[in-house]
Amino acid sequence: MAVFVYAENINGVYKKAAFEAVSYAKAVADQAGDTVTVISVNPTDSSDLLYKYGATNVINIKDEGLKNFSAKAYAQAVSEVVDGNILVFPHTTDASSVAPMLAIMKNYSLITNVLEAPESQAPFQVKRKAFSGKGFMHAKAEGTGVILTVSQNAFGVKENAVSGSEEVKNLSVANEDTKVISHEQSSGKLDLKEAEVVVSAGRGLKGPENWGMVEDLANVLGAATACSKPVSDIGWRPHTEHVGQTGKAIAPNLYIAIGISGAIQHLAGVNSSKTIVVINSDAEAPFFKSADYGVVGDAFQIIPALTEKIKALKG
Amino acid sequence: MKILVCISSVPDTTSKINFTADKSAFDKNGIQWVINPLDEFALTKAIKLQESQGATVTVLNVGDAVTEPVIRKALAIGANDGVRVNLDPKDSYSTAKEIASVAQNGGYDLILCGKESIDYNGGSVPGMVAQLLNQPFVNASVGLDVNGAEATAVREIEGGKETISVKLPAVIAGQKGLVDEKDLIIPNMRGIMSARTKPLQVVEPTSSEVKVQGVSYDSVPARAAVKIVSPDNLDELVRLLHEEAKVI
Ligand SMILES: Cc1cc2nc3c(=O)[nH]c(=O)nc-3n(C[C@H](O)[C@H](O)[C@H](O)COP(=O)(O)OP(=O)(O)OC[C@H]3O[C@@H](n4cnc5c(N)ncnc54)[C@H](O)[C@@H]3O)c2cc1C
Repeated sequence: MAVFVYAENINGVYKKAAFEAVSYAKAVADQAGDTVTVISVNPTDSSDLLYKYGATNVINIKDEGLKNFSAKAYAQAVSEVVDGNILVFPHTTDASSVAPMLAIMKNYSLITNVLEAPESQAPFQVKRKAFSGKGFMHAKAEGTGVILTVSQNAFGVKENAVSGSEEVKNLSVANEDTKVISHEQSSGKLDLKEAEVVVSAGRGLKGPENWGMVEDLANVLGAATACSKPVSDIGWRPHTEHVGQTGKAIAPNLYIAIGISGAIQHLAGVNSSKTIVVINSDAEAPFFKSADYGVVGDAFQIIPALTEKIKALKG
Repeated sequence: MKILVCISSVPDTTSKINFTADKSAFDKNGIQWVINPLDEFALTKAIKLQESQGATVTVLNVGDAVTEPVIRKALAIGANDGVRVNLDPKDSYSTAKEIASVAQNGGYDLILCGKESIDYNGGSVPGMVAQLLNQPFVNASVGLDVNGAEATAVREIEGGKETISVKLPAVIAGQKGLVDEKDLIIPNMRGIMSARTKPLQVVEPTSSEVKVQGVSYDSVPARAAVKIVSPDNLDELVRLLHEEAKVI
């Protein structure tokens, strides 16, 4: 029986998290000698993008009524086409809103924030993130059906090309409870949770007028920007950039923390980063204990200089 | 209007997380318990609706007697009454089932939750409750207004925001932004005194079915010692990131 995976798209375009979920599903399917079937809602992107990561079948749900997102209506639509015991979602905002509703509809177990390929499939057991990144839990599902949400940037995107085929399913799911009034999306801005490199700054930057140099560094690195909680509380930066226990949890390949003390609540959201660089004027800042590389010094001098050097490297 | 706010009792955010020697459970020794920080946004929003629209606010916790101080704190913040379902919850599903069962009997217009608890990070209870009650669900809410039988919620989406009108009753899961950090209510002496006499009902659980079990737990492995690079030698930092860590 196929492993099913929900590939999230934004305005028809697949997210990186969708490819990661397909890569994950392929690993699960390979363990069991199965194939991968992708479910997607109103995509405009080509299914070829999904075959590349191991999808053998793609079911494209076409439903005008699902043009706008509704957790309940999306869960209903997915439940109408899913036909297997294992269903993989990315742990994005939308997908992780659909997954719990679907788990109830199908009477499946739900394991969220999954980090690795399953430890066993019967019973289903897998490692997941818990305690806001301060620990790991090995979770076992009861019963046969299980839904997983895969933590972003944890498993990675893995190419695994197969030849696949596509099927269109026309649905008309009722979507009467919620109505989208307005939708604002800033285009061109890198999604913080998907970013492979994140440049983050804290109260050590002294004021919002000093963020230009943080953005310059982020630009040369192709990075997203983030901040500590007090910075967004004071309003220097939008709260969407706040990372940590009460903000976003991220896991980029490189996290550069500038003028951030490294309080336990901040670490909770960033300690899954693969490499951490800390720049802080206080040699005793706790963050150095959790960093791979550190520079003790004044951010106002270091950041512009570092930006120039990276620019030179990237040529 | 009747509002139900679901709160979870979690280790204080500064807690070091330890596991029992056999790694089979979270070690609760020496832990201070607090209202899940994301639930505090939901609770404060409910109190604001109580003030502006005369709503009544019931706080609900699924937990054993150890969680009562946290419920009392929510009452001190301003909730009218509290309910505790006497079950040490083992997974999101069993928690959601108990919440839905209380909600079913209470006829609430609005159920507010935090979008995730900072202990097990399931992020699953609010959506499950919504589906069990067959109600609409808005996750990751950063704004909410109620007008009669309808609510307007703003939800965070990747790289933006979306404003949605929702038919009540509904389940809304909130986060920072639902109210401002500075508007979070710190209980005053009068609140604390009156919380002692507010009704706190204890009900027995309806079922004990569990769908996911925590089999074992691990701590996060420590990183290797930090390599300190001189601010006068940033070329070395760039080299290390490029050649050693291979991240740029
Ligand atoms: C319930 C709760 C939840 C929380 N959740 C979060 C969360 O999710 N995320 C989060 O980030 N925090 C969170 N916090 C707050 C956390 O405890 C810290 O207060 C916060 O992370 C500190 O932010 P900061 O490091 O930017 O500021 P500070 O603590 O003020 O540190 C600033 C740092 O900048 C350095 N500095 C100053 N000048 C310079 C310079 N010129 N060059 C280089 N370095 C300089 C200083 O040495 C210092 O280390 C939470 C707190 C609570 C109580």
